[in-house]
Parts: sequence; C-alpha cells; structure tokens
Amino acid sequence: MIAVIQTPPVGPSATSIGTTNPVAIGFFLLFISITLGITYWAARKTKTTEQFFAAGRSISAGQNGWALAGDYMSAASFLGIAGLVSTTGFDGLIYSTGWLVGWPVVLFLIAEPLRNLGRYTFADVVALHRRQKPIRVAAAIGTLATVIFYLIAQMVGAGSLIKLMFGLTYETAVVVVGAVMILYVLVGGMIATTWVQIVKAVLLLSGAFLLAMLVLSRFGMSPTALFAAAADKYGAGVLAPGKQVANPWDAVSLGMALMFGTAGLPHILMRFFTVPDSQAARKSVVYATGLIGSFYLLTFIIGFGAMVLVGPDAIRAVDKGGNMAAPLLAEVLGGTPFLGFIAAVAFATILAVVAGLTLSGAAALSHDLWVNVVRNGHAGGEEQLRIARGATVVLGIMAIVLGITFKGQNVAFMVSLAFAIAASGNFPALCLAVFWRRATTAGLLASMVVGTLTTLTLIYLSPTIQIDILKHASAWFPLKNPALVTIPLSFLVGVVVSLLTSKRAIDEISRFEERERQMMWGA
Amino acid sequence: MPNSMRALARLRWRVAISLTAVMMAVYFGFILLLAFNKPLAGSLVAPGLSLGILLGALVIVATWILTLGYTRWANRRYDPALERLKREAGR
Repeated sequence: MIAVIQTPPVGPSATSIGTTNPVAIGFFLLFISITLGITYWAARKTKTTEQFFAAGRSISAGQNGWALAGDYMSAASFLGIAGLVSTTGFDGLIYSTGWLVGWPVVLFLIAEPLRNLGRYTFADVVALHRRQKPIRVAAAIGTLATVIFYLIAQMVGAGSLIKLMFGLTYETAVVVVGAVMILYVLVGGMIATTWVQIVKAVLLLSGAFLLAMLVLSRFGMSPTALFAAAADKYGAGVLAPGKQVANPWDAVSLGMALMFGTAGLPHILMRFFTVPDSQAARKSVVYATGLIGSFYLLTFIIGFGAMVLVGPDAIRAVDKGGNMAAPLLAEVLGGTPFLGFIAAVAFATILAVVAGLTLSGAAALSHDLWVNVVRNGHAGGEEQLRIARGATVVLGIMAIVLGITFKGQNVAFMVSLAFAIAASGNFPALCLAVFWRRATTAGLLASMVVGTLTTLTLIYLSPTIQIDILKHASAWFPLKNPALVTIPLSFLVGVVVSLLTSKRAIDEISRFEERERQMMWGA
Repeated sequence: MPNSMRALARLRWRVAISLTAVMMAVYFGFILLLAFNKPLAGSLVAPGLSLGILLGALVIVATWILTLGYTRWANRRYDPALERLKREAGR
C-alpha cells in the first residue's frame, strides 16, 4: 500500500524542494490562522458531549459530504497515487478505484442504520440491546488499533514530507502537526474538526483541479493525448497493468480490504452522527463519492502529467517512493509559488486527517471505555466532556511520541493494516449487529476479537513483515493483505458463535424488531 | 408497495445487498481482468487509451451511478413508504 515514504533528497537537483519556501510557509500560516479562527468560533458552540463528539447533529448533508471527503483524502492518496502513477503508470488506478468502491458499500449497508442506531461511536450500534461491557471493550480495541496504525503512518509521513518541503527538522514537523491538531480537537471538538476537513477538502480539490488543468493545457485539454505522450516516451507498458497485480490473489485480497475497510474506519463512521437524520447521512455519502471519485480522476491526470513533464527518474531522484511527483509537477508548471501552494495543501491534508483520527480515538476511550465500561453508563455531562478532552490530549501526545519513535521506519504497510483491521474486526460485527436477527453478544464479540487478532497475526506472518522488514527468506502466509481470509472468517465466527449461544440470548434476539424499527425511524 | 414495517425493512435489505453485490462484481471483475489478462487490459481501444484505463474510469463512473441510483430509489420509494407507515402508526 502506498503511503508517504521517507527518503532524503539524493544529491543536488534543479528543484527547490527541500529548501525553505516562503510561499509555502505563507500559505501554511494562512491555513493555520483560518482554521484556528474557526476553532475559536467552534469553541463557543462546544459545551456538551453531544456538541464535542457529534457537532450537536447540526452538520448539513453537503457539509458532511465535503468533510467525509476531507477525512478520506489523505496525503497518501494525493502524493502516493500521483507518485505511483508517475513512476509505474497504470497501476496507480488500481488503488484509486479500490479506495473509491468502499463508498457505495458505506451508503447501502452502513450510513443510515448507523445514524439511527448510534450516538457517538459504532460500538453504540453493535452493543445496542446487548451486553455493554464486553462489546464496548472489543470495539474500542478495534477502533484504537485502526486509529493508532493510521496515525503512525500519517505522523511519519508528515515528518518526512514537511522536512522535504519546508526544510524543517523531522521532529519539529511532527510536534507542530501534533500540537495544532490537539488544539483543533481539544478546543473546537467535532465542529472545528468538521470545518477543518471542509476547508482542507476545498483546498485539496482546487489544488488538484488546477494542477490537472495546467497539465491538460499542454496536451490540448485531451487526457488521451497525455496518455499517448507518456506511451511514446516510456513505452506502451505504462498504459497496461504491471507489477502491482503480479499475484492475482494479492490484488483481490487488497481490493477486499479497501472495499470493506472504508465501512469500518471509525473516523469515517463517526461523521454520520453529526448530521440531523438518516436522509442527510444518505445524501452526504453521495456528495463524498462524487468528490472523492473526481479527486482520484484528477490524481491520475496529475500522475501521468508528472511522468511526461518531470520524468520518473527525476521524481525518484528526489524521493525514492515517488511521493514528490505532484509537488515537482507543480514547480514545473507554476514555479516556486505553485510548489509552495501544493506543499501547504499537503501539510493541511495531513493535519486534518490526524484531527479526525484523534477525535474518533478519543470517543472510543471516553464514551465506550470510560462512560460505558468503567462508570457503567452513569457519568454526568461535565465528567464525560472532561474525560473526552483528557483522552484527546493523551492521544495527541501519543501520536507525537509514536511519530518520533517510528522515524525512518518503513510504515507504509500500516495504512493497509488499518484498513484490514477495519474490514475484518469492525465491519463484519457492525453488519451482523444491524441486519441479522440472531446476532448475540458472544457472537459479535467473537467476530471482533477473531477478526482483529487473525489480521494482526497474518500481517505479521506476511511477506510485508517477514521478507520486506525482517529480511527473512520466505513468509509463512503468502498474501500481503489478509482480508481475503479474515473478512469471511470474521463473518463465519460471528454466525457460528451466535447460533451456539442463541438459547442464552433470547432477550437480545427477541428485540430485533425494536432495533429494526429504530434503524428505520430513528430513536 | 410494502404494507408493513417488516416488509419494508426486508425490501431495503434486498436492495442494499443487491447493489453491494453489483458493486463487488464490477470492481472484482475489473481487478480479475487486470490480474488474469494483462495483454487485453493493455490493448488500445483508441490512441492513448488502453482498455484498462477506460474500464478503470468506468468503475469510478459506476460508483457514481450506483450511489445516485440507490439515493433515487430511497428518496422516491423508501422514504414515502416509511412516511406512510409512520402516519398509519400515528393514527
């Protein structure tokens, strides 16, 4: 899986990447002041737990659509896909499509039931009418595992990216990202986080749109003329699938993790609690799918543009992973000022994503673990808010520490790990809990535990860890991504254990109609 | 039109699962073509446009069509049916 890979610039080159860029710093400071202004405004509207975690259910469908897109379009998908396309051609499209096809699944199966059945976290939905403690603990572990692996990838990416683009040290970059993000979430809660996502999504989409249009203007506004130029220069192979689909089962397994992982990502699921009703939840996914799909089409143009106008060798010379393709292209097309703008957009992108992740982690710690497990559901409003803010600070500091700890490590696999856990640990239990009459506490618990543990184990035994990182000669498990095995297994375990325990869970099963009614009508 | 809560819930579930299956078929069909027939995926359908790129763009268009199709169904059929049930229950 692509993520921002940390490699220092190799030798001198014609680019100003890696030196301090006043335009980039100017744009970045502008973004920070606007978003901190929003945070200050949001702080006055953030007085209750419902406002802190769910923006008082006041976000409109359109706003939530943009915010979902903002939460989802990470630096990995902007810089990573553009980089992959610019160095390998066609293969980047496999990721673009994979990251998009999860959204219809979210719409059909998850968005509306989630909005009507839960309050702040997806654990609310899984635990409804069932035994709270075991389910909350398991769901919180699934949430925190997803959030932490995702956070590590983002923080390490942030550090090396900012080092490359702004000339700051790695540690300074990580601390700046962590500190600003804590401020957004701590002070402004979900309202500030939502608006940071919206501002970032608008910036990112307009930056990508501008970049793609500048590329196309060199090719008579025709994408096929651009592809033809790439094929002329680097061979027809750049228009055909290559190494990424060397093993078909790997491709299918990765596809399953991407498709169902989106429907299990806690920071995405949490966004559906911010809208007033299930119709708004539904509409917001339509907006998000439109925006994210357009964005991926643009990154494809940007990637091929960078291949033709910058060249794969020049891109690899700056960063081995190809992550600097989009910024380099911006420099070729619009000089240092445009490079500065794109660099600032990439920074803003990371900031917004980590803010969303941290808020969903804080919800799991305070709402699921503290309020519903430690305090048995009896915690006052003040206390809930205090714990939520404390959890935000703890997670923020943890993100900074982990970011610095993993400096220089290959963390690219952690994004795919997060998706695999979301797809195998969170999604099957959520699906069974909503749609299946006979799902019992024990069954859902078993599904979450088995899904998460087998994912962690099989990733440890996979070629990614055994061969690429530990440098062993072979790996016990053949697939890079375990989703092909772990998603069906997690469903199967959930079903079998539910059936075995159905006699002891007659009360849970008998309340299915009540749940179904709430799923359709709302609480 | 369904005349009870259960029937409407079942209808929604059937629509949701069918559309999910269509999405899976489209996407995994695309992936399997790439994996098992690379030369075909690389063949040009127009100058500069390989079949793989065309189909990839169509997968993105398919997600738009499916989400819009579902929303249209939900707005025109599901929501009004649910409203009717609510009114009947309120009486």
